[in-house]
Amino acid sequence: MQISLSHFLIVGALLFCFGLVTVTTRRNAVGVLMGVELILNGANVNFAAFNHYVVGGVSGQIFALFVIVLAAAEAAVGLAIVLAVFQTFKTIDVRYADLMRE
Amino acid sequence: MTNLLSLVDVNLASAASFRPELALTFGTMAMFILDLFWKNHPARPARLATGALLVLGVAAALLVSQPTAPGSLFNGMIATDGFATFFKWLFLLAAGLTVLISAPGKDFPPARLGEFYALLMAMVLGLFLMASATDLLMVYLSIELVSLVSYVLAGFKKGDRRAAEASLKYVIYGGVASGVMLFGMSYLFGLLGTTSIGQLAGRIQHLQASGLPAAATKLTLVVAMVLITAGVGYKIAAVPWHMWCPDVYEGAPTPFTAFLSVGPKAAGFAVALRLFYGALSGPSAVTAGFGEAVGGLPWPAIIGVMSVATMTLGNLTALAQTNLKRLLAYSSIAHAGYLLMGLSAASDRGVQAIMIYLLIYVVMNLGSFLVVILVAEATGSESILDYRGLAKRHPLAATAFAVFLFSLTGIPPFAGFVGKWYLFVAVLDRVPGPGGNWYAVLAIIGALNSAVSLYYYVRVVRAMFIDQPYAEPRQAPATPLMYQLLLSASAVAVLVFGLWWTPMIDWTSASLQIFKG
Repeated sequence: MQISLSHFLIVGALLFCFGLVTVTTRRNAVGVLMGVELILNGANVNFAAFNHYVVGGVSGQIFALFVIVLAAAEAAVGLAIVLAVFQTFKTIDVRYADLMRE
Repeated sequence: MTNLLSLVDVNLASAASFRPELALTFGTMAMFILDLFWKNHPARPARLATGALLVLGVAAALLVSQPTAPGSLFNGMIATDGFATFFKWLFLLAAGLTVLISAPGKDFPPARLGEFYALLMAMVLGLFLMASATDLLMVYLSIELVSLVSYVLAGFKKGDRRAAEASLKYVIYGGVASGVMLFGMSYLFGLLGTTSIGQLAGRIQHLQASGLPAAATKLTLVVAMVLITAGVGYKIAAVPWHMWCPDVYEGAPTPFTAFLSVGPKAAGFAVALRLFYGALSGPSAVTAGFGEAVGGLPWPAIIGVMSVATMTLGNLTALAQTNLKRLLAYSSIAHAGYLLMGLSAASDRGVQAIMIYLLIYVVMNLGSFLVVILVAEATGSESILDYRGLAKRHPLAATAFAVFLFSLTGIPPFAGFVGKWYLFVAVLDRVPGPGGNWYAVLAIIGALNSAVSLYYYVRVVRAMFIDQPYAEPRQAPATPLMYQLLLSASAVAVLVFGLWWTPMIDWTSASLQIFKG
């Protein structure tokens, strides 16, 4: 079977959808952050595939590289915040971090 | 190899017009180091605040000396133009006021004030880049730089449950919103083959002539643009991406909430204006109507619907709030809705109206939050009950707050009226044109919303001036001189600019040039 652009796009779209589902259904804060990473990686697959099959040059790859670095930074900040939540709430279940309501 | 060397030359030449940003970069590092040097100094807050103001001052001085001719830097990544410069001044003003507000307050213990200032400088750098980004990559990077700092600062209070919750909600919402925006950008990149904002409109027209199936390309374009709008909409707290806003505003330290409500919102509008107005409105924008396609996308209509939803939801929810920080959070959502009216008008007048409104909004909103800080330091609470009888306890704060609240409503002779007037004029200008009826509907809904907002703003004014105190007031601590000065200055500014607004008009019309690449 010949691998074409559409295969990559389907993988990218699936990763994006899995990410959204993970974010909305997970109760564990670390799981939610993993969902965010899936969304970013879905976009990365698209960038690399479009760059290879359609656009040419390296601009898509460079975009993806920047996103990888930022995803790492975001994970670091996110995990630090999860740690702070654990220290104050004694749990990282996002359902319990819900004090503020109108 | 020669090719690479020429790129290096471009970057070195660009650095000459990049000095304010460089000053902020080095200023951030310097603040982190100074923070360590002055660890146990008795006058620590004053010294740190002076240092932070010095960094902002150097950036401002370099901004003044910068060449004003519009140009492109770093191979099309960012632009220097009057539009960006205007927003940079706005950020410097907001950051300077925030530094002054946070120095004497109790929200930041002196031991941790240094890191707050350092992170604030990093955030201002991100805002500068947002206002001048002309490439999708740069838009994404600068939004993330601002967001990452915001997540940290929202949870700045250690061991505070509301702060921890606020930053958790913020990082999850923000991460998803920017991820969704990135996914939209990837489709746009694949479809148009470029990440340069200036080339988008041309490529879209090229695409329409290229013979690809029209329905499919248009659908993909609309999906990509809607996804990108999610990222921008989250920064300006527009419905349906506003959910983080009240919780983060409530949990974050109040001086930072004040900055968050003006800085990133203005930067979000700068990105939106560059993207939707600067790039996607070709020459057809003047003739195209509300529901018409501009660059193949009916974006004025989409923005108009967003505007109505944002201001209506913000105002209606604000009616039920009893916590002042949450009330101001919903009010800031409503103000994002008014501002979106100017974007929906898709005209130079609309852009100018947004700039005028943001300028006034910075002063009146920071002033309002300053009163919230003052009352919270005296009573330890942000409930509206503690504002009862404020006019007797603290006449200056009560009077200034009344001025800010009436200005936020948009009542003459306060500055907020001037801002709203220009927004409505920009929308009404489009009524005789194509799709004019929809613009008329937008203006009517905007006017009705202003009437609704009067109700909850006046509720606070009534509590301060008419209602009896809820509890016998404790001996309130003396108000720092800095707060009294800032309050008076902001209130006077709101009054003066409500009566004498020509300088603002001149400045914004001179700043209207958007670099289009």
